[in-house]
Amino acid sequence: MLRLPTFEYYRPKTAADAVALASEHGKAAMYVAGGTDLYPNMKRRHQEPRHVISLQDLPELHAIDVRDDGSVAIGAMVKLSTIEHDPHIKEHYPAIAHAVREISTPLLRNMGTIGGNLLLDTRCTYYDQSFEWRESIDFCMKKEGAICWVAPGSPRCWAVQSSDTVPVVCAMEAQVELVGTDGTRQISAVDLYQDDGIEYLTKKPEELLTRLILPAPGNWKSAYTKLRRRDTYDFPVLGVGACLWYAEDGTIEKANVRLGGAGSYAMPATATEELLAGKQLTDELVAEAGKAAMKPARTMDNTDLDVYWRRKVAPVYVARAIAQCR
Amino acid sequence: MTEAGDKKGKLLATFQVNGEPYEVAFAPHKTLLEVLREEMELTGTKHGCELGECGTCTVQVDGVPILSCLSLAVDAIGKDVRTVEGLAVGSDLAPLQHTFADLGAAQCGYCTPGILMAADALLKENPSPTRDDIKEYLAGNICRCTGYLKIFEAVELAAARMRGEDAEPSKESIYGS
Repeated sequence: MLRLPTFEYYRPKTAADAVALASEHGKAAMYVAGGTDLYPNMKRRHQEPRHVISLQDLPELHAIDVRDDGSVAIGAMVKLSTIEHDPHIKEHYPAIAHAVREISTPLLRNMGTIGGNLLLDTRCTYYDQSFEWRESIDFCMKKEGAICWVAPGSPRCWAVQSSDTVPVVCAMEAQVELVGTDGTRQISAVDLYQDDGIEYLTKKPEELLTRLILPAPGNWKSAYTKLRRRDTYDFPVLGVGACLWYAEDGTIEKANVRLGGAGSYAMPATATEELLAGKQLTDELVAEAGKAAMKPARTMDNTDLDVYWRRKVAPVYVARAIAQCR
Repeated sequence: MTEAGDKKGKLLATFQVNGEPYEVAFAPHKTLLEVLREEMELTGTKHGCELGECGTCTVQVDGVPILSCLSLAVDAIGKDVRTVEGLAVGSDLAPLQHTFADLGAAQCGYCTPGILMAADALLKENPSPTRDDIKEYLAGNICRCTGYLKIFEAVELAAARMRGEDAEPSKESIYGS
């Protein structure tokens, strides 16, 4: 039976207290929101915080606020099942509602939070295994070891960005609010992530993600498409977040296309984006823009499904996401 | 965590489970599943994958079905916890339990407690679910015996009976086509 290791458990009442606790204990501390990512990782000894700081008693993190400028701030502790059923999100941010529905199962969405999903640990065939499994082939560099089993000559970890919401949140240029020891800052969601399987977040460990801020509805449309083995539930093998901004005459002013499940961060499909900008969205353009995403989708053999097939179908999923932004 | 005292690193607290108080001592890193089974001796809720993938540990907390293997017991203090033991009233089985037994929706039975608790929550939210609603709601509960068809039929039949309809299982459900 898999049991949690022992730890000290805290339920601070304010964000400032939570940050103070996290900075006091440094690397030995971790925040927990819904626990659906952290607790399995702790059971398999991927993450072993001695101090676990729960955010459940921070009331401001549980609210969805529609602001005067039309933007929407979703508290980090809002449950995924709340977001998927929220009438305002469903009407104005269907891509977010859809991406959230694609996450895991109803039971897990009753527990898991948007904050937790945005900060989801990167995943890899050689990492998401039991302690004994990893010990038997020798630990990889993401935990305890020195080698990357996907690319043994590699100096870096290639674990994969596997959150369903991150590609779409990055594509629509949402912001995140972080509270640290020096106060609160708001950054572009894109800047929260970096291309490394181990250090996949740019924020300081004690910085607390408090809110996701979605841009006001306007002349843009966003979509998310997901490839996985089983439609019932699975992590994304490819997750495409697309967002197109339109001029009044229907020309695409700007396009953001982000590929999840293809690298350690939601990678921009730059060639696709450049191809779309300044044009009218026709069926031909959709297909062409999809094909242009084949190169950045340079997947490695460290998730589910055959690696070459995954590269081949990437243009299909990219094209579908773009077509849904019509 | 000083809800009810602290003794040798253990907490002493009273839980409300199936409407009854349980006063138990437990370490704060224990999951709700561990405390239910090992401290309260409510072994109806099962240990499965322990990682949130199988759903057999499903219980309801304040009416919401969640996975007890990924919840800390300490977070359930003061909440209304319901487990499979709470479905029957005395010796009277709940309609879902009746239909699961009658239609063969429980074979080895290991997934059954979790599926019953998820299905019970579904029928409270939506007394007339479609087959797709049921499939969606039970997507996090894995069954390796039945192929799910019997489970869907049992939930549909229980739903009809709970709506007060005089429903009987179809011949196909019992004898096959």
